[in-house]
Amino acid sequence: MTDALFIDVEVDASVAQDRELAAKLTEVCPVDIFAQSDDGALEIVQENLDECVLCELCINAAPPGTVKVIKLYSGETLPAGAAVAGG
Amino acid sequence: MRFFEYESRAIVAKAGIPITKQGFAKTPEEARRIAEQIGGPVVIKSQVLSGGRMKAGGVKFADTPDEAAGHAERILELEIGGHMPRGVLVDDRADVKHEYYAGVVWDGIRKLPVILFSDMGGIDIEEVAENHPDHVARAHFSTLRPFSDWQAKQLISSLGVTGSALNRLTPILARLARLFLSYDMTLAEINPLGELTDGAFVALDAHMDMENEARPRQKELLHELGVGDEETRQAREPTPFELAGEQVDAMDHRGVAGNVTEFDGNLGLVIGAGGGSLTLFDAVRAQGGKPANYCEIGGNPSVRKACGLAKLVLQKPGVERIAVMMSIVSNTRVDIVARGVIKACVELGHDPAEKIAIFRIPGAWEEEGFKILERYGIEYADRSVSLHEAARRAVEKIQGGNGAGAEGDQFRQTTAEIGSETDV
Amino acid sequence: MSILIDADTTFIVQGITGREAVNLVKECLDYGAGAKIVGGVTPGRKGRDVHGVPVFDTVAQCVEHHRGPIDGSVVTVPPAFTKDAVFEALQNGIKLVVIVTERIPRGDVAQMVELAAEREARIIGPNCLGVIVPDVIKMGGIGGPARDAAKSYTPGTVGVISRSGGMTTEMSSTLTAAGLGQSTAVSIGGDAIIGSSYAELMPLFEADPQTEAIVIYTEPGGRMEAELARYVTENDSRLPIVAFMAGRFMDEMPGMSFGHAGTIVEGKEDTATEKIARLAQAGIVVAEEISVIPDIVKDKLGARV
Repeated sequence: MTDALFIDVEVDASVAQDRELAAKLTEVCPVDIFAQSDDGALEIVQENLDECVLCELCINAAPPGTVKVIKLYSGETLPAGAAVAGG
Repeated sequence: MRFFEYESRAIVAKAGIPITKQGFAKTPEEARRIAEQIGGPVVIKSQVLSGGRMKAGGVKFADTPDEAAGHAERILELEIGGHMPRGVLVDDRADVKHEYYAGVVWDGIRKLPVILFSDMGGIDIEEVAENHPDHVARAHFSTLRPFSDWQAKQLISSLGVTGSALNRLTPILARLARLFLSYDMTLAEINPLGELTDGAFVALDAHMDMENEARPRQKELLHELGVGDEETRQAREPTPFELAGEQVDAMDHRGVAGNVTEFDGNLGLVIGAGGGSLTLFDAVRAQGGKPANYCEIGGNPSVRKACGLAKLVLQKPGVERIAVMMSIVSNTRVDIVARGVIKACVELGHDPAEKIAIFRIPGAWEEEGFKILERYGIEYADRSVSLHEAARRAVEKIQGGNGAGAEGDQFRQTTAEIGSETDV
Repeated sequence: MSILIDADTTFIVQGITGREAVNLVKECLDYGAGAKIVGGVTPGRKGRDVHGVPVFDTVAQCVEHHRGPIDGSVVTVPPAFTKDAVFEALQNGIKLVVIVTERIPRGDVAQMVELAAEREARIIGPNCLGVIVPDVIKMGGIGGPARDAAKSYTPGTVGVISRSGGMTTEMSSTLTAAGLGQSTAVSIGGDAIIGSSYAELMPLFEADPQTEAIVIYTEPGGRMEAELARYVTENDSRLPIVAFMAGRFMDEMPGMSFGHAGTIVEGKEDTATEKIARLAQAGIVVAEEISVIPDIVKDKLGARV
């Protein structure tokens, strides 16, 4: 193993432009994985991804199926059973 | 945290207890000027945080300002117990008729402060207590009610002291008891407390120790004395490695990953928490291992912090592998620590499976943590493997099984040095 | 039976809206029969709730809401406010205060302990994880989430007292794995002055018919072990005690601080070596490592029958 990345987050394109959701995700994440750019668009803070505590607050805050958390070390996704786009 | 004598005496004076005319000097010239101002015989005292100053030649008497400057020059260059002095105290050489002792400490069993008084001052109070117990009086006092003068009077008179000595000593002891509480001291001692030929009482030397936990609320006093936040005042000065550990811990407010102490071994330790660290450090040594460091992780630190600590330990010269071990965790998360230490290895270009001798942290989120460890091929253990067994496995890996008996000589060296610095 | 708390114990959490306190409330509610947490205090947050526990501004409001005396309080407020919070609890009739907060200056601790003595109340901690009666109730973060606590703690006959919160669980888990359950486990805290020492908890275990042996975790620093040795000698205790001493390496490094605030070797009497000798003199077995503790306990229990 030559890399040490543990977590990835996928946000469905259908909600990626939703500023209200961006604000919500920014607020709920306890480790600041989500942020908003100056114009309010959703941004993923790459350097905080591995701080993810698997709390699923982001998943619960978003419309079902639109936010997925991927455990890169096991291939599992949250919510359990969700398919990952692009494999 | 310990105070230098010149600071201790300033604290005593601030509390209204008389001290001799004196000044703190960092150069022979300053010492000369202070001696001139005092105008008479003086004592030049090295300002170091270690005992045995007299024996080491760190206390000299001078009759003239020139002599004072000469002594100061030599004392300022004299290392005592591994410490260079911060300066010298130039002190009026008072005409002392009698020396008393006054001190306040905590009694952890009664959970109260206890004030001690002796009419045999100038020597170590423990020596007096052992050889002349009838010359030591002691009294516990309340932390809820203000300390009253009669309590000091009763204590002093119990040794048969009366007359003007009693009346002059009473406010001094009462003020000492009050300063002990108001400045959060763990030790407040005046020894000797001198009775001069003119009948006045002055603090001829003082020793103050403040509780570290109280530093935030004693900022004003510390600022007044010029004590910086970075001064730890431990038995020895922190090493650059230890200071780097503090920086790791300050990276964010989540949990603890620090409290690093440096040793000379080849096995880096990423261990926790308080009691677990103590147990594991002992265990590694009992197995003949040579720890490169002591440290503590706990309180659910971030991945970043665990990574920072592991990197620090991995980069320490002489470290061949690290052992990541904790007692069963309920708040700190196994998976978070696993991510941190693996990241540290990989980012430094190491194979985690090779560098991490063993990972033994059972408890919160262990299933998730074990998945990560398996993925990277790291040897890990759950709660069925004891702390000592985990330590044994780590030592065996690093020393190829011939560890037992090869007690760390370098460890001895380091600690012998520290021991000699604390002969208070 | 147990000591200090049982299934009927009611308590509040002071500082209930803090991050760690919120977890602690959930853990306690989930554990055993579910703790009776009758309220919580965070000034200015009255009207909210934490996992269903109502939040109030004052302890008096909790008592009023409960319509009767409350047994205990878990205090998790920052160090600068702890003394005030504990005073508030004591003045409102609370008899058992578990102080989780660490880094409290001992002058403050001494005041809390003194007031508790006047109010005939008891303090556990500071800098502790609380008390657990396996499968029945836990008061504090001890053992962590209910699911984890259940892995380490099982009901039985051994009383556990520890200066380290984490080591309370480590030792209990070792006992559990060997088939030895615990009557009550108490994390007493690692500071220089604490509300309840080994010797002060011993009479409670003595009086508890379920308890048949004691296991303690100790460290260098302070005179609490000497106090325990004296208690055992003077009171002819019926309970065999097995001790584990961590931090033996500190003997070589006087004046250096490791682990807890109370763990600093300042004189001859508080070294590990000196303490081990004292405990041994009083007939307390000091185990070389934790894994051998269960066998020593079984041996002691067997020998008594």
